[in-house]
Amino acid sequence: MIQRCLPALTLIGLLLAWELLVRLGRIPHYTLPAPSLVLATLWQNFGSLAGSWWFTLKITFGALLLACAGGVLIAAVFALSRRIETALFPVAVVLQVTPIVAIAPLILIYVPSTTAALLLCTWIVAFFPILSNTVIGLRAAEPNLRELFRLYRATPWQRLRFLLVPSALPYFIAGLKISGGLSLIGAVTAEMVAGAAGRETGLASRILEASFRTETPKMFAALLLLVMTGVLIFWSFNALSRVLLGRWHATEQQRAD
Amino acid sequence: MPAPIITLDRVDKRFPNGLLALQAVSLGVAPGEFVALLGPSGCGKSTVLRLVAGLEPPSAGHIAAPALQARADAPTAFVFQEPTLMPWASVYDNVWLPLRLAGMSSAEADDRVTRALAGVGLADFQQAYPGELSGGMKMRVSIARALVTRPQVLLMDEPFAALDEITRQRLNADLLASWQAAELAVLFVTHSVFESVFLSQRVLVMSARPGRIVAEVAIPEPYPRSAAFRTSRPYLDACNELSRALEAAHADVPT
Repeated sequence: MIQRCLPALTLIGLLLAWELLVRLGRIPHYTLPAPSLVLATLWQNFGSLAGSWWFTLKITFGALLLACAGGVLIAAVFALSRRIETALFPVAVVLQVTPIVAIAPLILIYVPSTTAALLLCTWIVAFFPILSNTVIGLRAAEPNLRELFRLYRATPWQRLRFLLVPSALPYFIAGLKISGGLSLIGAVTAEMVAGAAGRETGLASRILEASFRTETPKMFAALLLLVMTGVLIFWSFNALSRVLLGRWHATEQQRAD
Repeated sequence: MPAPIITLDRVDKRFPNGLLALQAVSLGVAPGEFVALLGPSGCGKSTVLRLVAGLEPPSAGHIAAPALQARADAPTAFVFQEPTLMPWASVYDNVWLPLRLAGMSSAEADDRVTRALAGVGLADFQQAYPGELSGGMKMRVSIARALVTRPQVLLMDEPFAALDEITRQRLNADLLASWQAAELAVLFVTHSVFESVFLSQRVLVMSARPGRIVAEVAIPEPYPRSAAFRTSRPYLDACNELSRALEAAHADVPT
């Protein structure tokens, strides 16, 4: 029981310590706002922040969805042909290793729509873990099971459905967990670089704006929304993983031994 | 003697790396016959099975296994050394797989799947997952999956080698019961002299590098064979004869 409450207790303890530190140390709110003030600011500004939050969510999940589609599709092509993989994998690596902050300005120049540019930047960050994991996963089917499917004269479609997809699923989920977090990071980073003002902007723009005006509590309020989003993504993908793999995969088995 | 259901006629197998795994292997298995292929690890026993199953082509010689090609719904039944189950599927779905691949729906296959599982004593474990079963139970699922297509030929590649002695003896007895219940020819690969004698009607002894069949011992003991057979005179005599044959075949091979 205590074990289960431990994370929550730690968090509450830290927040209390922060609150006390600010109050007892009389730290000005433009330097470090107390958690209570952050919450109050979030409450007061929720109307304007919610629109930006929604925008960031759209970029994050839009890009993640496209990363899943693109990553799995490219992985399937790679799994079908070693030659195509050898030819194209370096391109994927180049995309992956180039810091997104460095190429985002270029993308913003080349792509006329800011939203599309942000989606593209985020996609570049998010698709690689899904791609590389799914490629490995599609090749991970046990050799004896492959031969069993050959013996029973499985069609390519049956092989894909009953053997390759289930074998690849744990790998894909692992990639998805990484990409989920990365897509939020990618979205915020790209927004920071885009730095646009106006209605169609995300939480990163709110943080930048607040920073120019030294509205530190508002920066923290926007940050809080981002953290909550990240935690939510993490939780929901862990839950998805438990639902899909819980009964059979080693990563989700909880044994006493 | 009826026409054999499996025939190998002077079959060679050379691997791409140049290794000659089999040399002039000839053997026949009659319908309904239980034949063991005995030899140490690495002598090419498993390669014989893989050739019969059509998983690999021979380099020379001729293989005929008419039953395997004749009926689409009863292809080669193969039991690997590992249980080779799909960990993401229930025991029921694992046994259903061969019928499912042949296009049978769950409703059509249900009767056969249920009976195959009951036949190996796992009627109560239909919804369990392989990860929740012991090694012996997994192997029982693997055997149920092989038998669910009602094959005429069953190829087994050291299926019980990884099991403890008690489990292995139980599975041996149950395998014989399944074999007698069906009209089934079994080609059983093993490195255990005792297992080969207990199970089969005929034991073929293989030598290593290149694999050749160097001796053949008939075990004319009637079935059903009880545990008492394991301590009987004919059993011990056959074990002795086979041990000597193995010894002679591998006298010049460093181990």
